[in-house]
Amino acid sequence: MPRRDDIHKILIIGSGPIVIGQAAEFDYSGSQACRSLKEEGYEVVLINSNPATIMTDPLMADAIYLKPLTTDSIKEIVAKEKPDAVLPTMGGQTGLNLTGELQKENFWKENDIHVIGVNIDAVEITEDRQKFRDLMDEIDIPQCRSKVADSLLEAKEITEQLGGLPIVIRPSFTMGGDGGGIVWNEDEFERKVLRGLELSPVHQVLIEESIFGWKEYELELLRDPNDTVVIVCTVENIDPMGVHTGDSVTVAPSQTLTDKQFQMLRDAAIKMMNSIGEFAGGCNVQFAVEPGSDRFVAIEINPRVSRSSALASKATGYPIAKIATKLAVGYNLDELPNPITGVSSACFEPSIDYVIVKAPRFNFDKFPGVDEELTTQMKAVGEVMSIGRNFPEALNKAWQSLEVGRAGLGADGYEEIDRKTVRERLLKPYWDRLLNVRHAFKLGASVEEIADITQVDPWFLQQIRYMVSLENRTEGQSLDSISKDDLYELKQAGFSDTQIAWMLSQSDGPVDEYAVRAKRKELGLKPVFKIVDTCAAEFPAETPYYYSAYEGENESEVSDNKKVLILGSGPNRIGQGIEFDYTCVHAVKAAQEMGYEAIMVNCNPETVSTDFDIADKLYFEPVYWERVLDIIEYEKPEGVILQVGGQTALKLGKRFVEEGIHIFGTPFEKINFAEDRGAFSKFLEKLEIPFPQYGTARSVEGSLEVANEIGYPVLIRPSYVLGGQGMRIAIKESELQRYTETILKTHPENDFLIDSYLEHAIELDVDSVYDGEQLHISGIMQHIEPAGVHSGDSTAVIPTYSLSDEVLDKVKEYQEKIASEMGIVGFLNVQYAVKDEKVYVLEANPRSTRTIPFLAKATQRPEAAIAVKVMLGAKLKDFPKEDLTSKLKNWAIKEPVFPFKKFPEVKKELGPEMKSTGETIYFAENFNDEHFKKPYEFKSLYLSK
Amino acid sequence: MSLYPRKKAILALSDGTVVHGQAIGHDGITGGELCFNTSMTGYQEIFTDPSYYGQLMMMTYPHIGNYGTMPRDDEARKVMVAGVICRAFSHEFSNPMADRSLQEYLEDHEITGISGVDTRMLVRHIREKGVMNAVISSTELDEDKLVQMAKDWDQMEGLELASKVTRSEPQTIHSDGPYKVAAFDYGIKQNIINNLNSRGCTLRIFPAKGDYLDEIKDWNPDGFFFSNGPGDPNATSEYALDVVKYAKETQKPLFGICLGHQLMALADGIPVKKMYVGHRGANQPVKNLLTGKVEITTQNHGFAVDEDALDESKVEITHINLNDQTIEGLRFKSFPGFSVQYHPEASPGPHDSSYLFDQFLDMIKEHKGVEA
Repeated sequence: MPRRDDIHKILIIGSGPIVIGQAAEFDYSGSQACRSLKEEGYEVVLINSNPATIMTDPLMADAIYLKPLTTDSIKEIVAKEKPDAVLPTMGGQTGLNLTGELQKENFWKENDIHVIGVNIDAVEITEDRQKFRDLMDEIDIPQCRSKVADSLLEAKEITEQLGGLPIVIRPSFTMGGDGGGIVWNEDEFERKVLRGLELSPVHQVLIEESIFGWKEYELELLRDPNDTVVIVCTVENIDPMGVHTGDSVTVAPSQTLTDKQFQMLRDAAIKMMNSIGEFAGGCNVQFAVEPGSDRFVAIEINPRVSRSSALASKATGYPIAKIATKLAVGYNLDELPNPITGVSSACFEPSIDYVIVKAPRFNFDKFPGVDEELTTQMKAVGEVMSIGRNFPEALNKAWQSLEVGRAGLGADGYEEIDRKTVRERLLKPYWDRLLNVRHAFKLGASVEEIADITQVDPWFLQQIRYMVSLENRTEGQSLDSISKDDLYELKQAGFSDTQIAWMLSQSDGPVDEYAVRAKRKELGLKPVFKIVDTCAAEFPAETPYYYSAYEGENESEVSDNKKVLILGSGPNRIGQGIEFDYTCVHAVKAAQEMGYEAIMVNCNPETVSTDFDIADKLYFEPVYWERVLDIIEYEKPEGVILQVGGQTALKLGKRFVEEGIHIFGTPFEKINFAEDRGAFSKFLEKLEIPFPQYGTARSVEGSLEVANEIGYPVLIRPSYVLGGQGMRIAIKESELQRYTETILKTHPENDFLIDSYLEHAIELDVDSVYDGEQLHISGIMQHIEPAGVHSGDSTAVIPTYSLSDEVLDKVKEYQEKIASEMGIVGFLNVQYAVKDEKVYVLEANPRSTRTIPFLAKATQRPEAAIAVKVMLGAKLKDFPKEDLTSKLKNWAIKEPVFPFKKFPEVKKELGPEMKSTGETIYFAENFNDEHFKKPYEFKSLYLSK
Repeated sequence: MSLYPRKKAILALSDGTVVHGQAIGHDGITGGELCFNTSMTGYQEIFTDPSYYGQLMMMTYPHIGNYGTMPRDDEARKVMVAGVICRAFSHEFSNPMADRSLQEYLEDHEITGISGVDTRMLVRHIREKGVMNAVISSTELDEDKLVQMAKDWDQMEGLELASKVTRSEPQTIHSDGPYKVAAFDYGIKQNIINNLNSRGCTLRIFPAKGDYLDEIKDWNPDGFFFSNGPGDPNATSEYALDVVKYAKETQKPLFGICLGHQLMALADGIPVKKMYVGHRGANQPVKNLLTGKVEITTQNHGFAVDEDALDESKVEITHINLNDQTIEGLRFKSFPGFSVQYHPEASPGPHDSSYLFDQFLDMIKEHKGVEA
């Protein structure tokens, strides 16, 4: 079937603010869907409340509604736009739920709207455990074995039949699964079963075999209107069943299944997808496989694009969301070309000739007291993906990408390892499990021992043991003695120069990474760059999507164009997320418009900027110094852009300066200078701009001394961090002492800053662009919460709502003064506190900020592009006036979204350390609006002192 | 000390390309046509597929050997490929059901291989330069000598290989079912036998060469099956066409796979030509022109039916490859028979096409006058 022409206008539902489990990957798929539909000539109407998304950019859809994701909003939009189809599968669970609710109201039918991309009636089956179970029974898909018990004795017998403990008990007909759970040992068995029997109104419990520790797999499928199904990618979880797949380290393709086992899963997945009603689109199926047997059970099926499908797209090069959208509007797979090769068909199953590792990124440091054990509830806030020609290489790259201070999987002198801690950390699943596996091998553990404790498939353990064997071999050598072959083997296994330097320092004198780099270059050991092409090189591919490897042929051809390298922001985390991806995409486009070839480097699969057709060239690599330098030495760009990649990119700045690599925009010394509180304060003093009193310290005594001088309350924080990490307000000496001790532990390298805390001050956040002559104010945002609540966690309003003209004039004056005196070229963000009509400067950030996308959406100006073009030499006076004029009517409000629901053991408390995962934009006509009134009422409630 | 042995080995191509790596499997020298397979699982099935007889098999997926080997994954009684090439050989494996590591398996079958080479570069090389012969050696390490050996190695074109992998004696494989199929073994895969057998066919499997016509007539089969196999179909046809022609004349159902498909075409006067690169992998999209559905198929062929020489009054094209539009399936008009270029028995690969075995059975049932 070709394209449907009975529909013309399609509504896409976005996923809203970033929350744990539903993040930037939906912007990636949503953007692809928008582009895919526009390509086909459909009119696209979009609803999403998340301003930091590319999909809500003007070019993406014909009508964009930045509105709360509620059924009311949708009804309003439908009344106005009269779409004739809705595509709910790009908006995560949010999109499906909204569509489902409206389906129950018969809303779609009444309005003659086709639901495309999913069978909305069948979604319920996939979400209701019993209905899912019944359906699987009906189509002969294996499930966990289980039996109903009416008594404790019966429960015991059934447990025996199922092979003993652990087992899962599920009391019948209790609300929300009350009284259910896993039983690990004899002690709890009796108690839990009896409790379940009591709780159940019919006094029955279902005794189900436990599949904890089984191998976990995910398959990503596409189905067309003709019921042709292809499997785009298979992902194997290294962490076995029991850890949410979003929290697991995963690998693609599957590594430990024989073909016969894999085909069983494939057959079952296709059967499952075809069983959930008539529809065309994408879906994800999860299975558990019993180790050492052919037994498997189906876990779940999700009929929509997901985090996994975004990962699968980046992992294979196959654009799942784009193709799923085309299928949803009627195309059959065989009518579409493979967009990567252009010559072969989209109807095939990608074959990859490299190994993908995905590693989750956590932010437990933000939530003191949180239970760090990984469970079936997702806790990760972001992820990295790495590509290697073998598993060790991909694994080391993943650890270089995570930005947890590591140079790879261990071997970097970060900690002393001791047997007891390692064993304790391995007994339960934690985020650093594979690092502890490495430590255990270092301590001489065997594959069997570790497999026994962790249930991790021995193949992965064997690989890590091999990595440790390379470490051990290297530790006995010196920089002079190490052979080319040995060094080559290390580089092929993904070890960084820093790791190798550390290994070589073990028996010889200290060696640094630059010495290793020099040595390997002298031996001719440089990485080559290979193409991700969906087909293992079977067909020629033009896609400029590369990864590095140490071997024969380099497939990346360097052009003669002038080039700029743009560094991405690495894994999403609190304080640094989708907003930077948004700015990266705009930086790419702006650079291209300025006549540059734009080269993107990033390792975050949940991004639009790493889509294969955004930048002129994409290097899917860790934003890690050695890897970035390798790319720069090969591509020889005119310079780099660091200001759109958050702290990830900025922290490499010094290294670029040392290497003599040009940084576009504000000179790096100035960026650095803004972080140097002493120098920056002197600078403000010279300009006669007020700032809160402060001092710096490196010890507990020092900080107490400073506080005594400036008076309590004080704000204390480590320098050079983003999102107010480790920042606290102390009202007295004992508190300050405690906070200082914590910072000394978590940030031993940093100085810390102690500021006088301005109580009940109003905080302002001002973004602007300066070109050396002229200042463009992107927006002055007034926070509803008082200064002291992190700007990322505050409710921000533009324009300001309670400030005098004098204050605003002062703010503009200071902003311009700082910009011109600092020598800003491009972004400048300054945060102010206003108290008793006096304006204080809190900090200045000469880089892109989290608020840039919000301002761009609020004022409908291309704020990121303006700044990047200025960085590359454009002048504000040459921009069309239209581009610099705000189109905002009334007020726009930025509302933060928090993850406290996921961390019930952590109390909700806002302060100087950022905790929100995302934000929404809301346009208010007046201050009677709930979105203004609510936060205003609660504004002082949470401030932690 | 490295955890794994790092004995040197060399892969030399007939065009002078030489790459170095580590020896795997049996120490020695081996050669053949260098081909690649893009399947990400199923190395053991591939290495034992008789269609690959005499070829050097390069796996594009880097890690090979991860789950060891086990008897149930053998497609024949021995390893058929002449040599193995991969990027990251797994010396250790993880699979409680396996009986040996791939290293032990290759040693037991005296197969020489090389690991640690840039397989992707070699795939791109063949893709651009066309297939060529190569030599793997872990004993002789003189590059020039090895290149010369590769040049002197027998060309696949014109090579008759089915007789090297076929059974020496006819063999009967019984089933509970009522149907009798005469199968011709040019290198038949175990999973084809399983597929027919499990559908109630008793098989009488005949060697590729030799005069069994009388025996076949005596046995009076309900249908004929022509198997996959290695080598140039034109060379095999020199002795194999008589039996195909006989089968056609019986007007009983005929089914051919791969080489069998090519032989059925040749017997109908349709020429078969050598392809530039060939199709080898488990992800090839084939469209069934009769139903409009697409199946993901396992393929392994370097020759194909010449579409330009097709006479549509004699045959109907039933399947095409979506990547390059080459012919993948034919239905013959002068007799009840059909054939496919790809492998519906999979192993390794997707099971999307197993319906073809049902289709063959339906034809047999119809022919026998049994209700389908």
